[in-house]
Amino acid sequence: MTQCCPDKRLLIQAHHDGELDAAASAALMAHVAECPGCAALQAELAVLSRRLRAEVVAEPAPETLRRRLTAAAAVGRPANDTRRLARPIASFGVGALLAASLVLVLMPGREAPMDELVAGHVRALQPGHLTDVLSTDQHTVKPWFDGRLDFAPPVKDLAAQGFPLVGGRLDYIGNRAVAALVYRRDRHPIDLFVWPGTEPGPGARVRQGYNVEGWTEGGMVFRAVSDLDAADLAAFGRMWRALP
Amino acid sequence: MKPAGAPDADFARVALPHLDAAFNLARWLMRDPVAAEDVVQDAMLRAMRFFSGFRGENPRAWLLQIVRTTAYSRLAGVRDAREAAFDPAAELADPADTPEVVLQRVEGEAVLATALAALPTELRECLVLRELEEMSYRDIARVTEVPIGTVMSRLFRAREALLRHGKTLA
Repeated sequence: MTQCCPDKRLLIQAHHDGELDAAASAALMAHVAECPGCAALQAELAVLSRRLRAEVVAEPAPETLRRRLTAAAAVGRPANDTRRLARPIASFGVGALLAASLVLVLMPGREAPMDELVAGHVRALQPGHLTDVLSTDQHTVKPWFDGRLDFAPPVKDLAAQGFPLVGGRLDYIGNRAVAALVYRRDRHPIDLFVWPGTEPGPGARVRQGYNVEGWTEGGMVFRAVSDLDAADLAAFGRMWRALP
Repeated sequence: MKPAGAPDADFARVALPHLDAAFNLARWLMRDPVAAEDVVQDAMLRAMRFFSGFRGENPRAWLLQIVRTTAYSRLAGVRDAREAAFDPAAELADPADTPEVVLQRVEGEAVLATALAALPTELRECLVLRELEEMSYRDIARVTEVPIGTVMSRLFRAREALLRHGKTLA
């Protein structure tokens, strides 16, 4: 039975990985030529590497992920940038870049596709995905968004109305980072997506079995998505707007 | 001279080319493409925030280190049953057969991937970074935040386990 020399294993591996310098490699190969156990290990490592590289194929990152991140980089870092963006355009070299960011922040422009809202909601329903910050306290959830978004979403507590706050998370809708506030009605989670904008609410809509309710208020766009029935979701929207 | 942190155009140019590598590492750490996508998204947003602290050398290792940290914080406390019991003291099995013969007994391309997925996380990540991302020991040490010697022994234990796995399945 042949065995490799225990003190040579890591050297043989380092040689295999191209991490050994020429002198050390030469000395090691002289040993391997005379040691069947070490020669066997060297051959095994070579076969294993060849097979791993041939058979274990790396999947590329999903195109949707790439688009979201490209958009996030274009819009600007969420952290600490609000002041910088709000300032009049500086006369430095970054002026043009700031101007581009400013335009994107102030004019998200087009209506976020309904399907994206529902997709964001469905994705969040997977275990452990619903909330990044888990709290029923609006005074915990609201500050959590500071530094994560370039705007401050309003957060309201609707527990007394039968829609307790569960938490919040970041999401990506219409190529921008948005706030998702999570509420519940009995067993039904409600995502309330919020981002700055003025596009008018689409009213009640149904997509893939989910109800969507939208409105715009105070320079913020609100879109609620849930499997809750349309009347209850509409009531949620009314109560939200009624609260100060 | 950068006025207040590096412009994000730089971030896109420096970091986004390594998105596939980031996703591949996350996928092998989380063993779930949906969770991997979440991890990469979180990691990239964190990287974007910390970008002004990035010194410009080896962006791939820098980024993968953030991906790994993010993945580990998600994995904390979650023990997966697929993680096979691992005996580091076990020796290489009898190499009486030629390696080609041994490995050819295991048919089907998914077998090797399954065996890789079953490795303990700290061995799996070393092998993925070395074999799939073709990183140097030094860069793997940086990403996994352990000394190079530890990378070498983990890498060896990972390979040993896969070779042994090939033989026991035969």
